[in-house]
Amino acid sequence: MNTIEKEIQELRKSLLQMFFLVESQWEKGSNAILEYDQDIAEEISSSEKRINAQELKIDSECENLIALHAPVAVDLRFILTTFKINHALEHIADIAESIATYVANYDVPYEKKVIEELNISDMLEAFNSMMDDIILAYENKDAKIAKKVFKKDKILNKINSNAPVIIAKYLNKYDNNMLLLLLSSVRKIERAGDSLKKIGEEIIYHIEANVVKHNK
Amino acid sequence: MKYKLEAKNINVFYGDKKALNNVNMGIVQNAVTALIGPSGCGKSTFLRLFNRMNDYIDSFRLEGDILIDNTNIYSKQILVDELRKNVGMVFQKPNPFPKSIFENVAYGLRIQGIKDKKFLAEKVQDALQQAALWDEVKDDLKKSALALSGGQQQRVCIARALAVEPSIILMDEPTSALDPIATTKVENLIAQLKKNYTIVIVTHNMQQASRISDNTAFFYMGDLIEFDTTNNIFTNPKEEKTENYITGRFG
Repeated sequence: MNTIEKEIQELRKSLLQMFFLVESQWEKGSNAILEYDQDIAEEISSSEKRINAQELKIDSECENLIALHAPVAVDLRFILTTFKINHALEHIADIAESIATYVANYDVPYEKKVIEELNISDMLEAFNSMMDDIILAYENKDAKIAKKVFKKDKILNKINSNAPVIIAKYLNKYDNNMLLLLLSSVRKIERAGDSLKKIGEEIIYHIEANVVKHNK
Repeated sequence: MKYKLEAKNINVFYGDKKALNNVNMGIVQNAVTALIGPSGCGKSTFLRLFNRMNDYIDSFRLEGDILIDNTNIYSKQILVDELRKNVGMVFQKPNPFPKSIFENVAYGLRIQGIKDKKFLAEKVQDALQQAALWDEVKDDLKKSALALSGGQQQRVCIARALAVEPSIILMDEPTSALDPIATTKVENLIAQLKKNYTIVIVTHNMQQASRISDNTAFFYMGDLIEFDTTNNIFTNPKEEKTENYITGRFG
């Protein structure tokens, strides 16, 4: 194995660690919102620091690889992909933190009936399943698995587009502040799903050298 | 498509050893074409087909056609001296003659029998300007070319090739003996020259090939493995062997 291959292997390990950190952040985030767990919400805030540090570490590894090894072809695609995925993951982790912060700052548990009707549980399940696919696709360099997330993202989009009507129905029946926090959480989960979809597109680009983003 | 240089069904042998195996390639005008590949892959042999430099090797034997402007340069009617006026060559190691800078550049013209001093002075100046060397040597034209730095010597050799007004320039690792500053100067020069010349360059420096060439051919063990735009070769090569070579995973 030559030097660049070793460095690339290290970079792959670093990004996988980032994946696992963000995945764990979302598991906690799911519990925070579904179970109204304010302790987890605070835990998420503290692990955010580790994620930020990992993001900087990966940035620096990418920079060094480009500066010192002048990568081309598959190596260059891998580094570009990793660089972009790294930032997308940090953004996804920020979203988990922000959803958890809503929980931490709201004094009473969210109304179960509204959570159920909004389908937040299904939404989080679809999101976590997308995350599993993405990690598997990245680990095994498998574009076919990466493509699975496109279909699952549609579940998130649908739940998100139904949310305003459901929230409107309960206005003035429940605390409007809680309803807005829930609507905002649904929006954020949908946006995090979009970021996972973009990561899927990057993985496909790395493996197949085929740009699929912005393709209708 | 119309090609400036064309290789058709090329097989080259040195005695019993086959150096090139059924190579077909079309090289376009006013572009830089890089030939890359590991040592002994046949890229220099291929380059030297275009000015018949291989003819000097006793055991050399060629099958197939090499065309320049659609004319087979290995046909009996071709005068090799005329061919080499049209196809200049720059070598790995700067090889100026032990003469003044002026005489080095004027050499090819004098061989042609040109004696008009004014004409020679104009042509030497023009060639040195094209080689981006004029400003550095215009006050020292009588100085020995051997007293110049390596990078300047190489540009004298390029000026010498340009003075006889070729349309094609072959370069065999022209910067491998130069430092990074001199290399940059020669690379910038190559980028300038392609406006007026068709350039084919052999290089072991992968980054150089990607920096300066429009098209790249990868040779391996006498086979032309892949020939494509440089952008495609260095971002998304079609052949696994090419990818392994350019990413340093060979052997």
